Amino acid sequence: MSEDPILKVEKVEVSFPVGRGLNRSAILGVAGVSFEVRRGETFALVGESGSGKTTLARAVNGLQKISTGAITFEGGRIDGLRKSAMKPIRRRMSMMFQDPVGSLSPRMTVGDLVTEPYRIHGADGRNLREEAARLLTLVGLPADFATRYPHQLSGGQARRVGVARAIALDPALVIADEPTAGLDVSVQGEVLNLLNDLRERLGLAMVIITHNLHVVHHVADRTAVMYLGRFVETGETGTMFAAPRHPYTAALLSANPEPDPDRIHDRITLPAEVPSLLSRPSGCEFHTRCPWVQETCRTVAPPPGDVACHFPLAPGAKPPAKEATA
Amino acid sequence: MSTLAISGLNVVFSTEDGPLHALKDVTFDVPERRIVGIVGESGCGKSTLINAILGLLADNGTISGGEVLFEGRDDLTQFTPRQMRDLRGPRISTVFQDPMGALNPVLSVGRQMINIQYRSDQSKEQKAARAIEMLKLVRIPDADSALERYPHQFSGGMKQRIAIAMALMMEPALLIADEPTTALDATLEVTTIELLKDLQEKIGCSVMFISHHLGVIAELCDDVVVMYAGEVVERGPVREVFQHPSHPYTRRLLECDPARQTERTRILPTIPGEIPDLRARPRGCVFAARCLDRHEGCDTPQPDIVVAPGHAARCNLAGQTAREGAGA
Repeated sequence: MSEDPILKVEKVEVSFPVGRGLNRSAILGVAGVSFEVRRGETFALVGESGSGKTTLARAVNGLQKISTGAITFEGGRIDGLRKSAMKPIRRRMSMMFQDPVGSLSPRMTVGDLVTEPYRIHGADGRNLREEAARLLTLVGLPADFATRYPHQLSGGQARRVGVARAIALDPALVIADEPTAGLDVSVQGEVLNLLNDLRERLGLAMVIITHNLHVVHHVADRTAVMYLGRFVETGETGTMFAAPRHPYTAALLSANPEPDPDRIHDRITLPAEVPSLLSRPSGCEFHTRCPWVQETCRTVAPPPGDVACHFPLAPGAKPPAKEATA
Repeated sequence: MSTLAISGLNVVFSTEDGPLHALKDVTFDVPERRIVGIVGESGCGKSTLINAILGLLADNGTISGGEVLFEGRDDLTQFTPRQMRDLRGPRISTVFQDPMGALNPVLSVGRQMINIQYRSDQSKEQKAARAIEMLKLVRIPDADSALERYPHQFSGGMKQRIAIAMALMMEPALLIADEPTTALDATLEVTTIELLKDLQEKIGCSVMFISHHLGVIAELCDDVVVMYAGEVVERGPVREVFQHPSHPYTRRLLECDPARQTERTRILPTIPGEIPDLRARPRGCVFAARCLDRHEGCDTPQPDIVVAPGHAARCNLAGQTAREGAGA
C-alpha cells in the first residue's frame, strides 16, 4: 500500500431536502462514508436498493453535490468543482450507468455512440471511424456493428457498447452502476469477464455497484456493505465472505438463494422492516433488525472502523437461540 | 386437473422484415396448487408467453396455433377481449417486477385496494376490512393506518408486498408473477419468496413464476420450464431438472450461474454465441449453433423426449446424456 490511492473518499455526506414550509427537513442519502480505491483494484459497493449506493457513486463522479466531506482523485480534491473544472476529471473517471439500452440514444449509431466521448472532450486529430472499430474490437463486438442502432442490439451487446463508451478516453477509474442488472446468467458472465479483462489490460481501477452478492464474490478485491447510507462493513472480499463480522453482512450472505433445491438453508432471518431515512434509529441503526441486539446498541452509535458494530461476530456465529430456527 | 394447460402454442409477430416466430410449439401445464417457474434468457419469449395467456399481445402479434386451457374448460385463445377482461383480476392476476407500475402514486393504498374490489357488492367498510386483512397477511405493520398512506411512504420491499396483496385479494385461481423479486436485495428477496409460498398455500392458487434467477426458482418452485428462443427446451419437477438437466442449454445455464462456483474465480463461464434470428428459425434444434454436442441429428426438428416421469427435454440426445451430466 505504498502507492497513493487513486480515489479517496472521506466522511462524505449527501443530504436531500424534504418537505415544505414548517415540515422542511433533510434526509441523509449518504451519511458519512469513507473509503479508498487503489490503482488496478476492483472495489464493490453492496446494499439493498435505497441504501445510497448510486447516490454515493454520483457524488464521486460530481453529478451529485456533497454537503460535507472530501473527495480526492489522483491526488487532487474534486468535490465542489465547477462543471468546467470537472470536465477534464471525467476523462480520467468514467461512469457506466444502469440500464444499458436506456443510456444509449436511440437515434445514434453504435459508431457515433462509442466515439461521442471524443466529440465532447476533443478528438485530438483521431480518426473517429478507426477509433470506433478499435473500441468495438476491444469489447468483443464486430467492427461492422458501428452502423447499427441500439434497438438492434441485445442486452449484452448494449452493455458492451456502454463499456466501450466508458473506456474510450483511457480513464484510470471506471464506476459501473449495476453492470449486470437485468442480464441473464450467461451474458452476465461475459460482461464481468470483459470488465475484468480490461481492468487487467488497461490497468483500470473499478468501482462496481451491485446487489448481486455472487457477482461481488467473483470480481471484487474489496467490498463495502452499505446500510441506510453508511458502510457497516468494509474488507477484503474473500475474508468477508468466509467470515462476515457485521450481522447485516452475515444476514445478506446467508439469505443468498442458491440454485440447488436440496440445499439446507441455515438462514439468519431479519425482520423485513427497513427503517425510514426520515427517522433513523438511535444508537446502532441496524439495531431494529439485528438478531444479536444488546442494550448498548439501542442508544450508543457503534465505533468507527471497518466493522460498524459493538459486538462483531465470531466466524460462523449463529443468531441467539430464540430466533435461531425462525 | 390443471389450472392452466398450454399445448402447442405458437405466436407470430408481423414485422417489416417478415413474420417473427416468437413462440414455437410451447407446451406445459400449471397444475392446481403448484408453483411453476419459467426460466430463460431475455428474448426467450417469457413476456410474450404471459401476454399471450392474458390476451394482451401487441396488435401485430397473433396466436397462430395451439390452445391455452384454463381450469380445464375454457380455451383462452378463443376468448373475446370482453371475456378476457372479466377474467383478468378476479381469476388470473399478475405481479410485475416494478411495484410502482402496479400502484397509483397519487391515490392512497386503501383507496386503491378498495377500488379494485369494484366487482364485489360488499359495503365500503367490508371492503376496507378485507384490504386490512390482506395487508396483515403480507405482514405490513400497522395495517389499519397503512390504508391512509401513499405508495411512496413504503419501502421497495413493502410496495412489492402490497402489490402481492392486491393481486391475491380476489383469490384468483392463477397468479402470474413476472420477476417480482429482481429489484430487491437478498434478505428481502428471501422474505418475499417465503411470503409468496405461504400465501399460495393459504389461498390455494397456482403460481406461474417468471425469473432468470436460478436460485429463487430452486427455492420456490415445484416445477420448472426452461425456455430458449421461444421454445420450451426442458420441463419437469425442479429437483429433477436441477439435478439431472437433460437439455444442453439447461446444463450450460446452470454451469453459468456464479452461485454454482463456490471457489472464487476471475473468469466466469459463459455460453458463447447469440440467440438465433427468430425471423429465420433453424429447421432443426434451436440451440444447435451454440451447442457443444452438435451432430447431424440436430439438423432436423427435435422430439420432446421424456427422460423421467413429468420430465421432458427437446433434444435428440436427451435420454442418453441425462444421467451422466448429473453430478458434474
